[in-house]
Amino acid sequence: MPLNALVVTGHGINCETETRRALEIVGFNGIDLAHLNFIVGGEVDLRLYQFIVFPGGFMDGDDLGAAQACANRIRHSKIDGLNLIDSLLEFVTRGGLILGICNGFQLLAKLGLVPAFESVYLERDISLTANASGRFEDRWVSLAVDKLSPCVFTSGLENLYLPVRHGEGKIVGRGSEVIDKLVSSHQAALYYTKPGESDPTLEYPFNPNGSAHGVAGVCDPTGRIFGLMPHPECYLDRTNHPRWTREELAEEGIGLGIFRNAKRYIVES
Amino acid sequence: MTHRIDVCLKQVMTDPAGRRIAARIESDLGFKLDELRVADSFIIDMDLERSELELLAKEVFVDPVIQEAAIDEPLNLPFDWIVEVGYRPGVTDNVGRTAREAVERTLNISKRSGGGVYSRKIYFFRCQLERDQISAIARDILANDLIQTSQVFSPTDHRYSIVAPVITSRAEIKVNEIDLDQSDKELLRISQSGVLALNIEEMKAIQAFFRDDSYIERRKKYRLSQKITDCELEVLAQTWSEHCKHKIFNAIIDYEEDGAKSQINSLFKSYVQRSTEDIRKKLGQHDYCLSVFKDNAGVIKFDDDWNLVIKVETHNSPSALDPYGGALTGIVGVNRDPFGTGLGCRLIFNTDVFCFAPPDYSGSIPPRLLHPKRVFEGVREGVEHGGNKSGIPTVNGAVVFDERYLGKPLVYCGTGGLMPAKINGKPAHIKKANPGDRIVMTGGRIGKDGIHGATFSSEELHEGSPATAVQIGDPITQKRMTDFLLVARDRGLYSSITDNGAGGLSSSVGEMAQESGGARLLLDRAPLKYPGLQPWEILLSEAQERMTVAVPPEKLGEFLNLAEKLDVEATDLGEFSDDGSFTVLWKDSTVVLLPLDFLHNGVPQMRLKATWKAPSLNEPVFECPSNLNHELLGLMSRWNICSKERLIRQYDHEVQAGSVVKPLVGVDNDGPSDAAVQRPMLDRYVGVAIGCGIAPRYSDIDTYWMMAAVIDEAVRNIVSVGANPDHMAGLDNFCWCDPVKSEKTPDGEYKLAQLVRANKALYDFCVAYQVPCISGKDSMKNDYSIGGSKISIPPTVLFTAVGVVPDVRQAVTADFKKPGDLIYVLGVTRDEIGASEYLASKGFIGSNVPKVLDPEKAIKSYRALYQAVRTGLAQSIHDLSDGGLGVALAESSFSGGLGARIDLGKLSYHGVERDDFVLFSETPCRFLVSVKPANGEFFEKCMEGFELSRIGETSSDFSLLVKGLSGSTIVDIDVRELKKAWQAPLGT
Repeated sequence: MPLNALVVTGHGINCETETRRALEIVGFNGIDLAHLNFIVGGEVDLRLYQFIVFPGGFMDGDDLGAAQACANRIRHSKIDGLNLIDSLLEFVTRGGLILGICNGFQLLAKLGLVPAFESVYLERDISLTANASGRFEDRWVSLAVDKLSPCVFTSGLENLYLPVRHGEGKIVGRGSEVIDKLVSSHQAALYYTKPGESDPTLEYPFNPNGSAHGVAGVCDPTGRIFGLMPHPECYLDRTNHPRWTREELAEEGIGLGIFRNAKRYIVES
Repeated sequence: MTHRIDVCLKQVMTDPAGRRIAARIESDLGFKLDELRVADSFIIDMDLERSELELLAKEVFVDPVIQEAAIDEPLNLPFDWIVEVGYRPGVTDNVGRTAREAVERTLNISKRSGGGVYSRKIYFFRCQLERDQISAIARDILANDLIQTSQVFSPTDHRYSIVAPVITSRAEIKVNEIDLDQSDKELLRISQSGVLALNIEEMKAIQAFFRDDSYIERRKKYRLSQKITDCELEVLAQTWSEHCKHKIFNAIIDYEEDGAKSQINSLFKSYVQRSTEDIRKKLGQHDYCLSVFKDNAGVIKFDDDWNLVIKVETHNSPSALDPYGGALTGIVGVNRDPFGTGLGCRLIFNTDVFCFAPPDYSGSIPPRLLHPKRVFEGVREGVEHGGNKSGIPTVNGAVVFDERYLGKPLVYCGTGGLMPAKINGKPAHIKKANPGDRIVMTGGRIGKDGIHGATFSSEELHEGSPATAVQIGDPITQKRMTDFLLVARDRGLYSSITDNGAGGLSSSVGEMAQESGGARLLLDRAPLKYPGLQPWEILLSEAQERMTVAVPPEKLGEFLNLAEKLDVEATDLGEFSDDGSFTVLWKDSTVVLLPLDFLHNGVPQMRLKATWKAPSLNEPVFECPSNLNHELLGLMSRWNICSKERLIRQYDHEVQAGSVVKPLVGVDNDGPSDAAVQRPMLDRYVGVAIGCGIAPRYSDIDTYWMMAAVIDEAVRNIVSVGANPDHMAGLDNFCWCDPVKSEKTPDGEYKLAQLVRANKALYDFCVAYQVPCISGKDSMKNDYSIGGSKISIPPTVLFTAVGVVPDVRQAVTADFKKPGDLIYVLGVTRDEIGASEYLASKGFIGSNVPKVLDPEKAIKSYRALYQAVRTGLAQSIHDLSDGGLGVALAESSFSGGLGARIDLGKLSYHGVERDDFVLFSETPCRFLVSVKPANGEFFEKCMEGFELSRIGETSSDFSLLVKGLSGSTIVDIDVRELKKAWQAPLGT
């Protein structure tokens, strides 16, 4: 069956190559990399795809805050008179999957595609702001999945170990109740933990950015839109792991689980 | 009317950026603040309605979850002082540029029809400080006066203004003529006052050329007088600069060494280029070099389908004046070198090596210099923004500290790339502009930034060093451009490409003109950031993020359309020709008419004298301590040895998902790594190892052995992680202090002799190791001279080595793996303690500099070790360098979370029988290897014929126990304590 995924590129996105590789490995057979401007220009038909990935990077340099200018780009760019954001919403309504990684997550949050409580989209409820440490950091973190989450991408996974590479990954809610709601609705699908533990942690550096309640990833109520700060596309192979020369590890990287879930969902639905 | 929107974090939110800066203010200046909050301010130079401003605040500037804004009125935040920092007119403002694009998009204004948007920072201070203290903070931490303005306000000052920092130049735009029929003195004055950096022989060569009758006749046809135009003189000065022409490396040198006299016709040709030629000859049909020394970067074969491209550059002079902008430009600038090689490549890694004065330097800071701490932080941040935002992993580097780098910090930036072996059926490493091809400039626009960069860096740092030589890079404009150009490349839309770096269009078009045989540049078509530039400034501007490409006329439309679609500017600036001249027109008048032969080959060869006399140095006399715990702990905390984790973590070293051996390794992901291994193609397991060698301390004794050591170290680093010693390449980057004898430099003959000796070593050891140098660079004027005080850097060579790792799954890291593993040292140890970190820690230099005494045998042992790695015999490999065996043992132990039992009596050692010399000698050519007990015998057999000593084994406790030559315990220490000492100086 056709398994078509679109990987968005351009304007500072920089993880498209490894994202494509992840999709290839798990078995997507129609993968296109498309510059955002080709999508805006109407040269790419979103209706051909079942899955859209916004990879990490520095969209528009994050110059006005992480993904802020790019969110503006998507809200104010038109395809044949139709706003790109409306095409994206139509894609969601049709049952498509969207994954935003790192900068892509920041974009989804700033567009209001996650958490979209009660399926009200385009309201910005959360944001990702400067790490508590005040600096960009590249380090591997332990993660735990909320097993009760509707998230399609984390379904069946338990603990993950992935790198974070960001300067603005601290989740903040609009109002104090937002984070509680993320947790209680199980839309906070992914948490930072201490190694070998499963409870969320606030302790640095296990929680690398000071994110409230240790939240590392958030989905919409359908579970079909998911954004996360860690990089699953950066753990595709045993040799990506920082201690592969000293530990017994599976040949395949556990980051692939996220992409394999997307494929399984598409095949099954 | 001009408007202003200010944005700050909601007051309930903590401000990490403010806290971080407050911590720096406290640690650097000793001022304690109650609170510091940072806000952004945007000046919008457009006529807008209130409703439009509100829309912009909502849609562009404010994140409603975390921020609030004030439109055309001040933010209502409490403060005792405010500091506002904005860019000076004309300085690159990336945030302003992004904001302007978003404003235009949101209001549906066509591109660039409105005015500009300008960003600034507002710092709100809560504190008990006085105005002069706040001014000191503004000057020393918040703003760089060279590129920024800062204003201090108290609550009673009038603090709100709305003025756009636009360039207002009313100078008449015209081309001037200069009369070179002048005395020598006047010629020199013209050179100096214009920052031309041309010496008298060069000025006279130009003078003579402009007196040639046939040339005068030819000029007449183009309506040019016999006087040189300012454009022509500037083009010659850029093209002939030390920076571009490497005049010292190409000089005739009368060399005297211990009374023996010889003549060297070009160090570059005699040693650097010749070593590569000799190696390639010997490799014969196995030669894997594809393009060496002729393009912007070197190219070697990677595998059957792909070529590896690499270049390392320095960006020292700009980094001295503006560390952030200088380093940012350094990294995005060197990115364009591999990108502009052959038909272009995907960029796969960055490297960075810095040389600074120690951060705890407490002496006085001479005028125009910055405190090393500020230089360090600025450079670090510049490389962070340049590398991270470009999506290129920073995988390898080093930081070297020496007080003499106060005069000029060294900022080495390297970039590797991968190109298909063939594009559209043609070899990708070959490019050629053809007559008739259009000259197309693409990427950023031209401003006054970076004018005279090439000539400025060809001089020492002095009072008159121009501020405009500094630029600020824009990684996102560059990323858009490279994304676009890779598509254009694969569609076959251009025939040649090069970058606009030093010398700007004058260099890029002048160089490409050699491919076709000429060029006709229509300068007035060049897109400008703002009006007011003189034609010669447009020609020379080093404004960043620009490539020049040669586009066949029939492809021009498609090329320009694609550029427009991807929001990249591209402009047709004329055509390549074959008339033998570099011709420039300004509004239909010829303003430059320079024959290519004179432009590129007319520079007179320098003639210099070098005299080598070995410095008289002695071995110091002091007792060997009976217990070396204290010495080892002290070494771990030395600036040159301590952990650089804090720096490394702020660089993305994993983007592109090909990171196999990371800069930090071991059980806690925080031990040092000898070299990086990257897997650039995710569908195969072939990889590239990247390592470097640098040892400026050794230059204090003899640059010959310094050079030998850095080549050996770079090679050993990549062999340590599993690179094939028969598939390696090197890059030589020389940073010297002025080696030309003059009034300012009375010891020039010695410094030049140091350069000669380093080059002799380069030839000897590259040939012995069969490492072809494929690219390199030299920076020859790393001196500071103001008001009678002169600081010269120690002669410094960074040698970068890259090597192919056939299967990255066989790569090895430096951390000990399991208790009970056998510990070996491969290679002999001698009492080569001269210029070591150990002697430096005692305040000595010494005289027994580490030597590579038998390079042929050394490389054979590396090949044997490589075979052992391929057989899977090595559990860990760590190279021995700064701090010798003692430091390597400590690092491998704590990285592995293991202890070790060591007996120095088992070590193959020659020299004075002292435990401290044995433990801390920096003899090159050595490795620390651990092997599973079951594999010991086989490993020893594999290494037969080489000096291999089994000196002990790893242990499951945390203690490092070392028995000395006499059998008594000389080190008995917890490895966690060693790690703590190692991590303390710069933090994690």
